[in-house]
Amino acid sequence: MKTNYMNPYLAGVLLGLVLLMAFFFSGRGLGASGAAKSVVVSAVEVVAPQHTANSPYYSKYVGEGKTPLKGWLVFEMMGVLVGGFLSGALSGRLNWKIEHFPGITANRRLVFAAMGGILFGFGSQLGRGCTSGSALTGMAVLSVAGFVSMMAIFGTAFAMAYFLRKNWI
Amino acid sequence: MGPLVPQEIIGADWNLFIAFAIGIGFGFVLEQAGFSSSRKLAGMFYGYDTVVLKVFFTGAITAMLGLLFFSLFGWIDLNLVYVNPTFLGSAIVGGIIMGAGFIIGGFCPGTSVCAAAIGKIDAMVFIGGIFLGIFFFAEGFPLIKDFYMSGDFGPMKVSELLGISGGLMALLVIIAALVMFKFGELAEKKWPREEY
Repeated sequence: MKTNYMNPYLAGVLLGLVLLMAFFFSGRGLGASGAAKSVVVSAVEVVAPQHTANSPYYSKYVGEGKTPLKGWLVFEMMGVLVGGFLSGALSGRLNWKIEHFPGITANRRLVFAAMGGILFGFGSQLGRGCTSGSALTGMAVLSVAGFVSMMAIFGTAFAMAYFLRKNWI
Repeated sequence: MGPLVPQEIIGADWNLFIAFAIGIGFGFVLEQAGFSSSRKLAGMFYGYDTVVLKVFFTGAITAMLGLLFFSLFGWIDLNLVYVNPTFLGSAIVGGIIMGAGFIIGGFCPGTSVCAAAIGKIDAMVFIGGIFLGIFFFAEGFPLIKDFYMSGDFGPMKVSELLGISGGLMALLVIIAALVMFKFGELAEKKWPREEY
């Protein structure tokens, strides 16, 4: 099959090398949901500083000398935006698009994207990291949490695939 | 020698710049692999495209072996590399909720940002959902806190749990991955598809 994408095994090796560099330079792995958490915490801090100071959750991240937006993951995710954009530009994939299976409407795709995002955002906080931070990075350091996250995420997605098949195939 | 920043071989001032540079590499590779397409990602769960399996496991194994060899050569002190702690209950339930989010929304957080970077509007909506989901968690945290902290095993490694060396554990993961790659290749032949 003809494809414009990189060979997946080569891409995997390159992804592993990027992750290895994160360990080698910063002593930590990749992540994504942690950056979103910093954005949410900072936004709530601006709107309701009293609330963040009193909350058992927000108060861990705000207060004297703490600037969640100057975090490692926030800068890493800004890099992801730039890197993704550069790759899309080089491969001619930059365009505004609601990508969906032709059997469903664009609106249905957006509703499900929103629902999936809400679940993933919530689950990533409960599970202490998402596919990048907990599963991928965790597996690379052989952590139990990494393998548990990976199996729970992919196992559930497989188990639910049948019920959502009309959205994808 | 490594990790360089925690050992102050490179100043902490550089850490955010390094994060940004590493992020560029991360985003570039994800996009080149096709992780900016929800239809490619979801293909994993219907067998028509197993790029997720191949990239994810090849990536994990490459970094895993890299860490083991770097440690063997004395290039990195593994004691200074962060190991995410295991809280069993919340890891399982959190993972189940994320898995549901994956098949319903077609992205995970990292891939959604990568897809948004090339203009995918569904990915931008997904990101909005992530913010909302985190907000719900934060507001509901007092109710969930006990469960969130339950089953604390600390930064435990699978190799310690099984009482085997890190190298043997890596070998087992590689063997498991090779078997899965074979199944992935077979599935793609069985359920062919167009390119997105």
